[in-house]
Formats: sequence, structure tokens, C-alpha cells
Amino acid sequence: MTREEEIQDSLIKKFNFLENKIRVQRQKRIFAEVPSENFLEVFEYAVEDLGFKFICTITGLDEGSSLAFIYHITRQDGITLNLKITVPKEHPVIKTVMQFFPGADIYEREVMDLLGAKVEGLPAGKRYPLPDDWPAGQYPLRKDWKKPEKAKGKEETQNA
Amino acid sequence: MHKVIIPIGPQHPALKEPESFMVALSGEKITEFGVRLGYNHRGIEKACEERTYIQDVYLTERICGICSHAHSSAFVQAVEEIAGLAVPKRGLYIRTLIGELERVHSHLLWLGVAGHEIGFDTLLMYTWRDREIVMDLMALLTGNRVNYGINTIGGVRRDVSPEQIKEILKGVDALEERTKYYIEIASSETTVIERLSGVGILSHEDALRLGAVGPTGRASGIDRDTRRDDPYAAYGEIEFKVVTDNHNDVYGRTLVRLGELMESYKMIRQILKKMPDGPIAIKAPRKIPPGEAFSRYEAPRGENVHYVKANGTEKPERVKVRAPTLANIQTVAKMLEDRQLADLPIVIAAIDPCFSCTDRLIAVKDLETNKTNTLKWQDLHAYSIEWHREHGVDFSQLNKKLKGMLK
Repeated sequence: MTREEEIQDSLIKKFNFLENKIRVQRQKRIFAEVPSENFLEVFEYAVEDLGFKFICTITGLDEGSSLAFIYHITRQDGITLNLKITVPKEHPVIKTVMQFFPGADIYEREVMDLLGAKVEGLPAGKRYPLPDDWPAGQYPLRKDWKKPEKAKGKEETQNA
Repeated sequence: MHKVIIPIGPQHPALKEPESFMVALSGEKITEFGVRLGYNHRGIEKACEERTYIQDVYLTERICGICSHAHSSAFVQAVEEIAGLAVPKRGLYIRTLIGELERVHSHLLWLGVAGHEIGFDTLLMYTWRDREIVMDLMALLTGNRVNYGINTIGGVRRDVSPEQIKEILKGVDALEERTKYYIEIASSETTVIERLSGVGILSHEDALRLGAVGPTGRASGIDRDTRRDDPYAAYGEIEFKVVTDNHNDVYGRTLVRLGELMESYKMIRQILKKMPDGPIAIKAPRKIPPGEAFSRYEAPRGENVHYVKANGTEKPERVKVRAPTLANIQTVAKMLEDRQLADLPIVIAAIDPCFSCTDRLIAVKDLETNKTNTLKWQDLHAYSIEWHREHGVDFSQLNKKLKGMLK
């Protein structure tokens, strides 16, 4: 059994709801879909017990009626686990992973700005990467986002 | 002592790129350090979704001027994985060759910047002069000093000729000789050792906790290198050592980069020796079948990652980029804790930051008229003269006078 399959097996053994949800795409690449309510326990197990001690980044996706977030975590031998969670667009709440990776806050702020995710447990801080006077509720990486028709007055943009 | 907060940036004469630092000082001592990024956000991820895969190769290449090949390679690797394309070996070797030459020019550039930041400008002049050797090689191989345009989906666009190989070997010999000299300076010149040692300390634990990548992490004893851990292109067939160091400071980061230069020269020679004959690319389909891939690349500054999702059309559904500086910038606050203000420039420079890489997203558009406009160089020049004239700066008389003097 390859190391990738071993990881797949341990994940399924620990969390039976992951049955048929894990795909070994190629050597060193595992993709898994995790129910959002179980995300933190799966994430903790992967980080603490399976040795995925490094986070590459978090990718946010607009999938129509829902938003998806992929946590790309990796370990010393180069195997990368891509954990995907899906949340409804009208209530896009995810939980912070700062307790595992204090450096991950910038990735979480990025999905907040660009896709409108709400990150539970993330302490207040400077936004990234959009400007401070960027209109509220405008998330440029959402598929239905349109570039503004024309520049609006400052007051108008802040209340938009 | 009274606390003083100094804003540095987003526009500041000492900064090479727009970024904003808030530095709280007690006397000369830094008590707090805050970073605000995003001033270079150009909308590239969004723009990728609106363009075809082939256009995106050139767009991702322009995420960064210094490690342009790192971005285009990471992108094409992901697309090739989704499309199931088996890139010919010779293509992979040429990709690796350009990648290592890029690392050489990037590390030499860094060495010069580091010299400049500690007031050792002779080192800047020396290293940037030597760097011209590798820049000329790039021009010879790809036709360009930066933004090489060598990658395409399915391989590379230009072959390497036997005459070019001779030139590369000559250049690498010269650079190796020069690098040995810099290593000697770094290990014997007291001013360099004293200025860099104990500055910008990042302990092994902090580097791990904050997720430092590349030479910044490796100089704190983190034995990680995507080229070895997750081999791509031709790295699986090439022997090299991952250089690590336990000084945990700017001095260690200097030693790691110097060591990596020496490894790169060895790798370039191996690549040229082992490079098989054959085609350099295979034809890629215009439409990429649905799928996703996560691609990792060891850029000169550390691990660069791209995620690509395809939806079966000729345009990607999503392209996500995380450049190494975003992973490393978090360590800077730690490095500056309780340090002197005078250490700030070299400590920031020591992660070899690249904010144009880190910030990516926004289209250029005239917001007043809602028109998209392309300015040619002459237009831009004329516009700038006109703008200055309107603001009371007029050089036309001076220009006439100068022309008269030249007659």
C-alpha cells in the first residue's frame, strides 16, 4: 500500500463519513471533501496525527449557490492533502485554523475580502488585500461580481 | 520612554515596492511592527478566469518580474496535470534549466540588495555586474532578460542548441568562481559577519509555527525544499543538496543563498549533460477537461503554489496563487521584536520580499468615462509632459536651450 493510500485509510477509519469522499489524484496529491460541521476535527487529526504540519494556502471557490474552501496542507515527505468544505453562499461561515497555524490569518483575511467568507474566531486585524475604502458587500472573486459602472462618491461607496 | 509610531509607506523613498509598515518605537527600539499589504493587487486571479489558458501562461508570468518562470511553470504544471499531458523529457529539462538560471539571477540580485542595505555598496556593484552574465544567458536562450516566455502548456517553446550549451557552461564557470569569492567574503570579512549575525533572529520553532518557506525557513533549520520533497519537471533525476543552516539570522539566510547558488551551478551542469534528445513540447488541447490540480514550485524565495480548476471550456474556472512572500511576511514582525530601528531595512530585505508577487488582483479602466484604454509609450510620454505643464512644470524652454548648446 502506498503512503497516500495509508493516509486515505486512516482518515476513513477515523471518520466513516469520509468513505468515497477521498481521491488520490496522483502520487503526493490527496483531495478530500469534508462536511463543514466536521471540518475542525478532521483538520486537527490531519495536522496533529497524520503530520500535515504546514499550510500552503486556502483557496476559495464560488460554486454558484455555495462557496467552497480548500485547505492545502502538506507534510515533510511532500504529500499534500487538499481538504475541501462547502458552505451556503447566504451563510458563508467557516472556522479559523489559527490555533494550528498562526500564520494562516492572512489567507483567511484574503477569502474574507475576495469571496465574502465569514471567519469565526479570527481576531480583528487589518484587511487584506483590498483597499480600506473598498465598498462593503463587493466580493470581486464571486462569479456574479461586476466591475463598478463608474466611480462613486466616497459616502456612497461606504454605504453601498 | 514616550512611544512614537512611524508610518513607512505605502509610498516611501526607501521602499522599492508599495507596502505599508507601522513601526512603534521606544527610543531606537522597535516595540511593535505592523504590515499592511495589497497595494500591488492587480486582479490577476480574476483576470485569469476571463482569459484562455494560453493567455494565462503569459499573464501568470507577469505576476512577478524576478521569478516570472516560477509562476508560469507552476501554472502550466497544474494545467498539464488536469489535461493529462505527458510533457516530453527534453521540455522538462529545459524548464528546469531556466528555473535554475532564474534562481541564480535572483539570488545574486538579493546579495546585492543585502550589501546595499548594510551600506556595503561595493558588494552591490560586484554582484550586479556578475549577474549580467546570467541575464545575458537568459537573453540568449529565450530572447528576454525577464519574462522569458519559454513555457507553454505541454512543454517549452524554444530548444537549446549545442552552441548555447557551450555559452551556458562558460557563464556558469565564471559565476561559480565569483560565488566562491563571495562565500570567502561572507566567511572572513568581519564587517559582513558582525553586521548580519544576531540580526533578524527567527528561531526554528517560530519559523515552523509561522510557516516560513524557502531560504528564510531553511536558515532556521527547516529542511524543506519542494524540488526534493515533491519533485516536478526534471528535479527527480538530478542530484542536489538542500542547503540548511542553524544561525537563525540574516547571516544564516546569506549563507543559505550562497550555498544554493553553488548547488544551482552543479544542477545546471547535470541538466546540460543529462538532457535527452527529442521533442520539446506536445500539442495541448484548447479546451481543458473538467478537473483540478494543485501545483507546487520552489521559487528562489520559497514555495510558490498555484491551484487551477478547469470546467471543460477554454478558460479556467479558478486560478489561485500563493507566492512565497505572503508565507514569509508573517515572520518579519517576529524578527523585529525588540530590535533596533536601524536593523529594519536588512531584516525586511533578508526574506527577499516580493510584494508584486504577493498582491495580485484589478483591471485598468477609466472610471470617469468607463472606457478601457491602451496607452502606447509615446502617448504615456506625451501625457506626462502635458500633466507636468498643467501643474506648472515646463521643460520646453530648457530643452530648446539644451539643443542649442549641443549644436
